[in-house]
Amino acid sequence: MAAFYSVEDLKNWNSRIVELVEKLGLDPYPQEFEICDYEQMLSYMVYSGMPSHYPHWSYGKAFEKLKTLYDYGLSGLPYEMVINSDPCIAYLMRDNSLALQVLTIAHVYGHNDFFKNNFTFKPTRAEFTIETFKAHANRVRHYVEDPSIGLEKVERVLDAAHALSLQCRRNLSIRKTTEAEQREFKYRDAKPSVDPFQSVHRRKEWESPDLTKVPLYPEEDILLFIRDHNLQLAEWEKDLLTIVHEQAQYFIPQIETKIMNEGWASFWHKRIMEALDLPQALQMEFIVRHTQVLCPTPGGLNPYHIGMTVWQDIERRWSEPNEQEETKPVTPKKSAEDKLFEVREVERDTSFLRRYLTEELIRELNLFEYQSRGNDKVVSRVADDTGWQAIKETLIQNVGTGTIPVIKVEDADYNNSRSLFLKHGHDGRDLQLEYAEKTLQYLRQLWGREVLLETIINEKKSLLCFSEDRLTIKPLH
Amino acid sequence: MDTIFRSYDASSAQRSDRSAGDRLRHRQKVRESIRDNIADIIAEESIIGKDHNRVVKVPIRGVKEYRFVYGENAPGVGQAGDGEVQPGQTVGKGKQAAKGQQAGDQAGMDYYETEVTLDELVEVMFEDLELPDLDRKHLRQMEVERQFRQKGFRKKGIRVRLDKKRTARSRVKRKKATHRSDVAAFNAERFPFHKDDLRYHHTVTETRRESNAVVLCIMDTSGSMDTMKKYLARSFFFLLYRFLCTRYENVEIVFIAHHTEAREVTEDEFFHKGESGGTFISSGYTKALEIIYERFHPALWNVYAFHCSDGDNFESDNAAALKAATELAQICNLFGYGEIKPLGAGYYGSSMIQFFSQIQESNFQTVQIQRKEDIWPSFKTFLSKDRVRDDAA
Repeated sequence: MAAFYSVEDLKNWNSRIVELVEKLGLDPYPQEFEICDYEQMLSYMVYSGMPSHYPHWSYGKAFEKLKTLYDYGLSGLPYEMVINSDPCIAYLMRDNSLALQVLTIAHVYGHNDFFKNNFTFKPTRAEFTIETFKAHANRVRHYVEDPSIGLEKVERVLDAAHALSLQCRRNLSIRKTTEAEQREFKYRDAKPSVDPFQSVHRRKEWESPDLTKVPLYPEEDILLFIRDHNLQLAEWEKDLLTIVHEQAQYFIPQIETKIMNEGWASFWHKRIMEALDLPQALQMEFIVRHTQVLCPTPGGLNPYHIGMTVWQDIERRWSEPNEQEETKPVTPKKSAEDKLFEVREVERDTSFLRRYLTEELIRELNLFEYQSRGNDKVVSRVADDTGWQAIKETLIQNVGTGTIPVIKVEDADYNNSRSLFLKHGHDGRDLQLEYAEKTLQYLRQLWGREVLLETIINEKKSLLCFSEDRLTIKPLH
Repeated sequence: MDTIFRSYDASSAQRSDRSAGDRLRHRQKVRESIRDNIADIIAEESIIGKDHNRVVKVPIRGVKEYRFVYGENAPGVGQAGDGEVQPGQTVGKGKQAAKGQQAGDQAGMDYYETEVTLDELVEVMFEDLELPDLDRKHLRQMEVERQFRQKGFRKKGIRVRLDKKRTARSRVKRKKATHRSDVAAFNAERFPFHKDDLRYHHTVTETRRESNAVVLCIMDTSGSMDTMKKYLARSFFFLLYRFLCTRYENVEIVFIAHHTEAREVTEDEFFHKGESGGTFISSGYTKALEIIYERFHPALWNVYAFHCSDGDNFESDNAAALKAATELAQICNLFGYGEIKPLGAGYYGSSMIQFFSQIQESNFQTVQIQRKEDIWPSFKTFLSKDRVRDDAA
């Protein structure tokens, strides 16, 4: 399909949008747009939008899958693809119509502003994004080409590392404690607390903390832990673990703010588009596209729709609260605008929904909770007086990194046999066992010795133990 | 604020198929996975004598990406479209199916399938069959056609093959060439042929050879052969048939079912019809010999025979079976006996393997198959005995 607009057109629209963006108070990074065709778009999607990315077969698999879905018309391509970098880079697909491009440009500025200002993105160091991914790519390629390493070995480590990459710290704004600090904390914790009756009866004995234990406190960054504590690993293997870990960490904020981010971008593209005073033909198409993007998916969750609904509600409550809300003093009074920008900065999906997804919204969005029964999804709760609270809890559990089980390294010398002992922070949801087995196998491969995982299966405390080449499950009492 | 627009560059788009390498590697992995699961696949369907282009569904494992994920008992939240939803209402496919749709790294279906044609499957199967000496062996071939065909030209030849047109042409060329050196000769009235001008057709003799093979699948269908045993036998026959198809142009297949008597049956009957009664192994061999002499004379055909049984033969028949087996081994390229004793079936009945060890022929091979995993290794051992026939053409 030939493009029936020129880059000049896009530039003109862009400058009008930028004007509005500034007027509305958004604060984005400098923006770059690249126009690409659909195959390039597929590639960008597969490689997380990065112009340079290390090779791995899983990206080939993802490409084939996306292409098949696209070729058979089972799924469209996203209109936009934008990456968190400074300057922010976004891709526009040339086959899209002008209205869609204008909509996309407006939407991209919303994301861009969010990347720059939301607290979760602060530690990602957006100014180095492109260079970091490129350096990673070069290093991995270098190992692949090294005759003493080669593709097979690199792939083996990457396969295992990918399986564990998301088992990392979730809130990067909390600084990771150093080992020296941890030791200090141990001492502090070991000190008996001040007892007001210590003159009456004996003081509790001072028990010296066990400082030989590794790790001192449970460790969430599994890949880094293995890198630092498995002495058998070669330098290049350690480097691969670092690379995979760094890339996973880069994406954690995006996982953590999916609903907020999409909602925010949609909220602003709507405002911008309305303020642009579009010619009629564009206006009609905009309305159609906007509705397509924001319509709820029955049975599923559309992050655009949920996010935008909550943002709109915040704006309404702070600009024109209804009587009921008027009586409830809602924190110090703020203008709606200030409130929006404050929320955009200090929340992530879990806290955002916990604070601003009200009972009324849950009803309005018609949310329900479901459980799996055999092969079916069966509704277990609907948004009524008794159900809404539980639905909210379940929803909060399922957003952001909530779908990734929390698993921490407890002991690197379990039973004095250098086995790796991990604990699953069970929250009512069991692990999928087939996946757990295969993932433990990868963990076993990286650790080089037996690995054990404590979890709960069907309400029974169990120990999954992967040694040599087999998984055994022992009940724990 | 300055916004940069990078316009579309068609030439760079064509060059930058950046995922090509990763796609290739993924396909290789799929292929490896197929190879690992070959035993399951061949046991699945009736594919022995089927069309080459038939598509088979192949389950793929090993190309999934695993992570720690939540299982069945994790609840989720959905959004109802129009209208109300009620507790207890089914709203779609469960976690297993639904999640697979969303992202590749979620717990999806247990495995996914890919479709390959039988030919591809066979190619993958024999890819890693490392039998180098097998390739060097002669295949017995028959001359089916002999013909003479013109091929090129020569300056020497016999008179009948003289190509007058080319000869004349080369004379003209020579005449043109003399124009510079010898104008007199060029202008002379007569410019005769020289023997260097003569051109002859060259002919080559072409023979087309055809190689034929016949696979005799002999199976014990007595009461003691249950479905499991037949399933193991089938896998073996399938491999043998497919392998020979890659080596010979023309492969026939004969199914002989026997209990106390033997008869020739169709593939379907062979695998699906159970019979009862005792076992005379010799009956199957005699029938095989009969068919060979009648239709597939060993001078013209490469004969491969394989017999699957659970080894439960009548004592009184053993001597006859041994005699027939020796004779079969003498006329076949390869003759094998597979004894199928699934694990857990108990070691009832006798074993013919020990008894057959008396056969001296080098192309006779016995294998014991206990489980699916044994099939591939025993197939390899079996083939390693293929012998060069002295009378090979």
